[in-house]
Amino acid sequence: MSLTLIELAYLGAAALFILSLHWMSDPKTARRGVYAGIAGMIAAVLATWARPDVSAHTDVQRHLWVIIPIALAIWPGIWLSLVPLTAVPQRTALSHAFGGLAAGLVGVAKYFHWLHDEPDMLTPLRMGAIVLEVLLGFLTFTGSLIAAGKLQEVKWVPQRPWTYRGQNIVNICAFGVAVILGTALMFSAKAWWSPWALGVIVVLALNFGWMLVIPIGGADMPTVIAILNAYAGLAAVAMGFVLGNKLLITAGALDGASGLILSIIMCKAMNRSFANVLFGAFGQVQQAKTGAEQKEYKPETTESAAQILEQAASVIIVPGYGMAVAQAQHKVRELYDQLRKRNISVKFAIHPVAGRMPGHMNVLLAECEIPYTDLVEMEEINADMPQCDVCLVLGANDVVNPAARSDKTSPIYGMPIIDADKAKTVFAVKRSKNPGFAGIDNDLYFLDKTWMLFGDAKAVVGELVKHLSGGSGMH
Amino acid sequence: MLNPQTQTPPPTATTSEIAAPHVVEKHAAPQGDLVSMLFVLLLAAFIGLGVIRRVSRLLHTPLMSLTNAIAAIAVVGSIMVAGGEDYSTPIRLLGAIALFASMTNIISGFLITDRMLRMFKTQGGGKA
Repeated sequence: MSLTLIELAYLGAAALFILSLHWMSDPKTARRGVYAGIAGMIAAVLATWARPDVSAHTDVQRHLWVIIPIALAIWPGIWLSLVPLTAVPQRTALSHAFGGLAAGLVGVAKYFHWLHDEPDMLTPLRMGAIVLEVLLGFLTFTGSLIAAGKLQEVKWVPQRPWTYRGQNIVNICAFGVAVILGTALMFSAKAWWSPWALGVIVVLALNFGWMLVIPIGGADMPTVIAILNAYAGLAAVAMGFVLGNKLLITAGALDGASGLILSIIMCKAMNRSFANVLFGAFGQVQQAKTGAEQKEYKPETTESAAQILEQAASVIIVPGYGMAVAQAQHKVRELYDQLRKRNISVKFAIHPVAGRMPGHMNVLLAECEIPYTDLVEMEEINADMPQCDVCLVLGANDVVNPAARSDKTSPIYGMPIIDADKAKTVFAVKRSKNPGFAGIDNDLYFLDKTWMLFGDAKAVVGELVKHLSGGSGMH
Repeated sequence: MLNPQTQTPPPTATTSEIAAPHVVEKHAAPQGDLVSMLFVLLLAAFIGLGVIRRVSRLLHTPLMSLTNAIAAIAVVGSIMVAGGEDYSTPIRLLGAIALFASMTNIISGFLITDRMLRMFKTQGGGKA
C-alpha cells in the first residue's frame, strides 16, 4: 500500500474516532459510536500492517511477530470484557496500565533501535518526546496497577491512605532527577551513558507511579482513575511525536481530553483540587472529631416503612456503593416495579461520585433494567427534593450529609450533595451504627423526619418488596 | 528538524557496527514537522474537549472504556516495532509485548463498552 493511501486511512480513522465520541453524547446513538470506533481501529491496524516496512517482505517470521501477540490478546481481551460490572473500575485501571506499558515499551524500543541503526534520528526534540513517552507510560503503568489493586481490594495493597513523613519531598526529588536526566538526554542522546540514563528514567517513572497512587485513599479512586486516563492519553500523544504519526496524536489527545474533563467533574463533585487529591491524602482528616455527643438513631421496621412508601406519590432513591457491595440492585429493581405498579413516581438521584468511577452507578442500575430516564443527576433532582414524599437512602452516606452545606469544620464542607434532608420523610438503610467510609458523622440520620432501617441493603429492600407485594412470597 | 528532507542517509561510517545491510529510508513516511504536529495536537485537544463535554453523564463509565480502546491506537507504534524492518530480536520482543497489551485493550475496551451500552434502556424497554 502506498504511503499516501496509508496516511489517508489514518485520516479516516481519526475522523471515525471523533464521530465515535460525538455519538456518545446520547444513549440512543451511543452504540453507533462503538461501531465507528471499531471501524477506525480496524482501518488503523490494517493500514499499519500494510506499510511497506512491515509487509513488503514475504518473510513469514516477521508477520508472525505481529500475528502471535494479536492472537494471544484475544482471550484476555474477551475475558476482561466479561467482568462483573462492580469490577469495571478495576478493569479500567488495568487497561490504563496496559496502555501505559505499551507506550513506555515502544519508547524504549525506538530509542535503542535508533541508537544502533540511525543515530541521526535522535534529534533533541525527538529525544525529548521519547523521554516524555517513557516517563508518562511507565508512571501510568505502575500507578494504574496500584489503583487496580486498591479497587480490587488485593491484600498487599493498602486500602486506607498510606503516607510517611517527607513523602512529597521524596517525590519531588525523584521527579527533579528525572527532569535533569531527560534534559541531558535531549542534548546528548548518543553518549556512552545515555542508555543508562534512559534506564534510570524508566526505573524512576516506575517508582514514581506507585508512589503517586499509594497514599491516596479508596474514596478518591474515581478521581485517580480519571487522572490516570489523562496520563495514558498523553503517553499516546508523546508516542505520536516520537513516530511523527498524527493519528496517534489525535487519538491520544481525545483520550487525554476525556480524562481531563472527567477528573475535573470528579474534583468538583468532591470540592477538592487536583493538587489536594494527588498530594493531600484525604485520610488524614478522618480523626477530625469523634464522639462529641451521643445521638440516638430512630429505628423503624420494614413493615411500617413499606406502608409509608405505599402512600407516597413520589419516591426518590439515593443509591450508594454500599448498595452494590450488598448486591442489592436486583431487589431495588423489584422495589421499583412494586412502586411503579401503584403509580408512584420513582427516581434515582445519582451523585457524580456514587460508585467507584465516573458514571459507575448508572451502569450498575442500568444492568438491572431500570430505565435510564429515571436516573437523574444531582443538580436536577435537588430541585424536586422538597416535593418528594419519601427519600430512600440506600448505601449512600457522605453524598447526603448536610454537614457539607452547613458545618464549616467538617472535612466534606463545600462538597455538593443530594439534598435528601429536604424530602418530607427520609428512610436510611444502614448496615451498622458505625460512621461511613470517610468516618464522618452524618446529621441526616438524626433529623426528626429520618427513620433508620438497619440491616444489609439487600435484605432490607427484599423485606420492603415482600411487604409491598402483600407478603405473599412473590419472591 | 523533524522534517523528511533531513532524513538519515543510508548508514555510512557513522553508523554503529550493528547496522543492517539494507537500511534505506524506512521512515520515508512523512514525518511531519514539529509545528504541524503541534497544530494537530491543538485542534484535536479542542475537538476532544468540545465533544466530550457534551457526553451524557449517564454514560461516563462507557465513555472511559471507549476512550481506553481508542487510546490503544498505540497499537500502530507497536506493530511498526514488532513487525518492522531491521529490528533486532530483543527490540521486536518489546514491540510484541506492547502489541499484546494494546490489542488486549482494544478487544476488551470495545466489547465491554458495547456490553454496557446495551443495558441502557428507556421505559418501554426500548434499546439505547
